[in-house]
Amino acid sequence: MKLSEIVEKLDLSVKTGANSLDVEISRGYVSDLLSDVIAHAEEGDVWITLQIHQNIVAVATMKSLGGIILIGDRQPGDDTVEKAEEEGIPILLSKLPAFELVGRLYELGITGN
Amino acid sequence: MDFQLVKTRELLLELSISDVMCSQVVTIAPDAAMSTLREVLRDYGISGAPVVEDDRLVGIVSTEDLIRWLAGDDDDCSIGERMTTDPEYLFADQSVAYAIKRLEDPEGYGRFPVVDRHSKKLVGIITKGDIIGGVLLKLEQEYKEEEVRQFRASHIFEDIAADDKEIYLFYDIVGKDFDRAGKASTRMKKNLKRLGIRPDIIRRLSIASYEAEMNVVIHADQGTMKYRIKPDEIVLEVSDRGPGIEDVEKAMQTGFTTSEDWVKEMGFGAGMGLSNIKNCADKMEIRSDPGVGVTLTIRIWTEDRHETE
Repeated sequence: MKLSEIVEKLDLSVKTGANSLDVEISRGYVSDLLSDVIAHAEEGDVWITLQIHQNIVAVATMKSLGGIILIGDRQPGDDTVEKAEEEGIPILLSKLPAFELVGRLYELGITGN
Repeated sequence: MDFQLVKTRELLLELSISDVMCSQVVTIAPDAAMSTLREVLRDYGISGAPVVEDDRLVGIVSTEDLIRWLAGDDDDCSIGERMTTDPEYLFADQSVAYAIKRLEDPEGYGRFPVVDRHSKKLVGIITKGDIIGGVLLKLEQEYKEEEVRQFRASHIFEDIAADDKEIYLFYDIVGKDFDRAGKASTRMKKNLKRLGIRPDIIRRLSIASYEAEMNVVIHADQGTMKYRIKPDEIVLEVSDRGPGIEDVEKAMQTGFTTSEDWVKEMGFGAGMGLSNIKNCADKMEIRSDPGVGVTLTIRIWTEDRHETE
């Protein structure tokens, strides 16, 4: 499923990377530990997290992730936004808590395998 | 949408009007006859022209002035009598961003004469079209420069004749500064790209270097990263002046951490850094002096090495 469709279906707001939503997403990873994401996320994954500081962009860039979804209505800082725009990494915001959001992603066919 | 064009906006602020303006300006003298204006505008396909006397801008005359004069059925007169005096203009050293602002004013003008701030002489004219052309040209130039830079850098090993060749790069790391954390690795990554290193190797090296940099930021007050780039291997040496690692074997275990709680809350200190580094490296060595610091050495073999081994 295209990231843009996920945005639409889950009513996410696009904070950064509006031009990078045309990517195919089939897998997701949830974690708030950066090293854990580095170890276990895979290229093209959508990453669900509550971390909002600019290092999430560095991790997403390093792992070539498809996008980052911030849960619980959390807002990324200005530095994070600027860096994400520079790297073309989509940051999407959801009002839902992680459990609920992941459940809905799973319903859309985004899995953890 | 404000933040989406950061780079382009910087470019618009960097570029000055003189970089993009048209400097071949068709001008007309104030004492020229109004009846000659029609031909001037038609011949050059323009809808107006600055009026210039002794290289100084004294007015602007447009199709509108011509129509008004024709409609009035008046006798021929000089341009000076019909032109708009005290026309609005821009200075050549002002930014393109400012020019756009002025050109976007719905009540303003579609073109501005450009004047040199010091000599007050007319040096050009600017329209939205000039800006689009100038910006595209600049983007193209920057793109080409980066390509050339990348090309030169990727040939550096081939072009330089020596029995042994190595490039050393040094970066400082500031401890406990999570805002700047990761900067050294990011800067490094760009260089590796320019040096034409294979993408999968860049990825492994940037993960290893990022994790190592984070370890220094979390645990030490300061540190350095030294990259030694050879045709067949890249050696990354990260040294810090910090508390050292008490039990290296234990520190290697996934999940073992000595990070403070506030560090963990930011998502660092998961106790996975060293094992992540190990997974990316072809060889890894840790030398720890408790109370003095840690030196971590990571080796990643590049393509050449793999082929010969």
